[in-house]
Amino acid sequence: MSIQVAEISKTFAGVTVLDRVSLDFPTGQLVALLGPSGCGKTTLLRVIAGLETADAGRVILEGEDASSTHVRERQVGFVFQHYALFRHMTVFENVAFGLRVQPRKQRPKEPEIRRRVMRLLELVQMAWLADRFPQQLSGGQRQRIALARALAVEPRVLLLDEPFGALDAQVRKELRRWLRALHDDLHVTSIFVTHDQEEALEVADRVVLMNRGRVEQVGTPDEVYEHPASPFVYGFLGAANVFHGRVEGANVRVGGATLNHDGSNADHGAEVVAFVRPHELDIVTDLAAPNGLDATVRRVLAFGGSARVELDSVEAVKAGAEPIHYEVVLPRERAVALVQGQRVRLVPAPLRVFRNEAA
Amino acid sequence: MASAAAILPATGHAREGRYENNAATRERPWVRALILTLALSFFVLFLLLPLVVVFHQALAKGWGTAAAAVTDPDALAAVRLTLLAAGIAVPLNLVFGVSAAWAIARFEFRGKQVLSTLIDLPFSVSPVIAGLIYVLIFGAQGWFGSWFIEHDIKIVFAVPGIVLATIFVTFPFVARELIPLMQAQGRDDEEAATVLGATGLQTFWRVTLPNIKWGLLYGTILCNARAMGEFGAVSVVSGHIRGETNTMPLHVEILYNEYNFAAAFAVASLLAMLALVTLALKSWVEWQANRVVTQKEAMVRK
Repeated sequence: MSIQVAEISKTFAGVTVLDRVSLDFPTGQLVALLGPSGCGKTTLLRVIAGLETADAGRVILEGEDASSTHVRERQVGFVFQHYALFRHMTVFENVAFGLRVQPRKQRPKEPEIRRRVMRLLELVQMAWLADRFPQQLSGGQRQRIALARALAVEPRVLLLDEPFGALDAQVRKELRRWLRALHDDLHVTSIFVTHDQEEALEVADRVVLMNRGRVEQVGTPDEVYEHPASPFVYGFLGAANVFHGRVEGANVRVGGATLNHDGSNADHGAEVVAFVRPHELDIVTDLAAPNGLDATVRRVLAFGGSARVELDSVEAVKAGAEPIHYEVVLPRERAVALVQGQRVRLVPAPLRVFRNEAA
Repeated sequence: MASAAAILPATGHAREGRYENNAATRERPWVRALILTLALSFFVLFLLLPLVVVFHQALAKGWGTAAAAVTDPDALAAVRLTLLAAGIAVPLNLVFGVSAAWAIARFEFRGKQVLSTLIDLPFSVSPVIAGLIYVLIFGAQGWFGSWFIEHDIKIVFAVPGIVLATIFVTFPFVARELIPLMQAQGRDDEEAATVLGATGLQTFWRVTLPNIKWGLLYGTILCNARAMGEFGAVSVVSGHIRGETNTMPLHVEILYNEYNFAAAFAVASLLAMLALVTLALKSWVEWQANRVVTQKEAMVRK
């Protein structure tokens, strides 16, 4: 089922949490709402579910305005960050809950309930735990049960609020892959909230980036990662080196250094913020190399195949200011040749530039 | 006042022993002996001894006298009235308590702080004053006194007054027990139930109530103990009419003032037994609540 939200606004005690948010969630897709904590993503999810009422705007489910429909009648499945399993019920009864509370006329007969619950438990690979209580399960198992419980009522949409937020890193990765596979089987329109960019990029068909109650960008994981629409998106989607400078033709002038830019959004003479990812920078020991920036090596972190090098800018230190930090990812062999305190030159790939709104 | 901690899962059991047996954290023997002696002698002197005295005095003139005192028509009337007052006050406060706790723990509304403070009022006001308030409002010289007299309704110095006073005094027990418990549990379970299609009533019976079951029982037991034992507030509104408006605690006082010590202590021993039953029930509830949790945890560790 398709979901649309139109001009949704919400304030809590004077703080604007959602600021005229309009979005389209097409049928059958798995969409990630991604943003830092406090950006409004969970509130938006709860508004769609009906657990929160928007101050203004509409929620449209399958073309019908559902803004005033009760949570009960919206037929959404909701998965909570802390599972919210009923602790006094067995796994089986938890999953059966949604069926047992249906009005008598619609309620399936007992054998039918048994059949459906066991089928769902098999789907989430938890059938052998049917008689256990939630306290006896691990976090990952609990979240799978919560998902089975949400699916039991055959929801038209599945909403997941930081579903892996309370799990440890290993289980998280495993469940991520599992959720993707499950979605490929079921094709229920799904929205999940996360603050983990890796999770969003890895799992979702589309990513919605939110910041301070507004939508910053919507697109496929490739689109948002390769073509970030704003400095916020660039910075949020991964580690980034930031430069402040002025556009001079095909170059950006950053202090005394001249660096290339990629030609987008770069009007001559404009004050800009420029970005480059750690793997797009090269470290050159030849201090006379053109198009580079002077820096000193601060730390070399060599674990595994690639190494991370942390550096300080030279220019800022000379000017008596706090040093600006840079981060570069290099193949291990090249990184271990560097010594702490060594003067080097940083040569970036063409920078992505954004007009500096603050300047 | 009863704390919620008593009912919340006690997970520290296993660790307590370790702490005691660890040489690095253990106190010196004479410190332990001193603290234990202090606590035990206080307990014997102020709690155990009076309890023993009550039963000893009750039986001082033999079982026959004690039995006669307890089966005296006035005594039986007092027992009946106490049971009646508790029988009305406890269920009502159960309903009030759950509603108040529900409202405070689950909803944001104007005046929530005020309501929360008001719930504690019966604890902070002297019971005698609580009784006086009812006399002032419903008594013959009170605000509504003449109206009640015209309609031939008796509240003060009659059974309704006693019930009202009991309700007032025992109001906070259930609510105070539930509020911290419900706040700690949060709203997630109920929201989950609603999203799954449960109506408000279904959510309450199937999710909320099982979650607060032990806390509710605990609060009810304490509420009942206080309802049956209340003296001050009831004393003011009762009028001490023998066989009509005397509750058990009031009956004990009257007998005592008449130098009828054996009979007074015989009735008092009934109240003392009630206290013992309450204690036993309370321990059982705590034990059950903990057992449910530790059992499930133990199974996880397997």
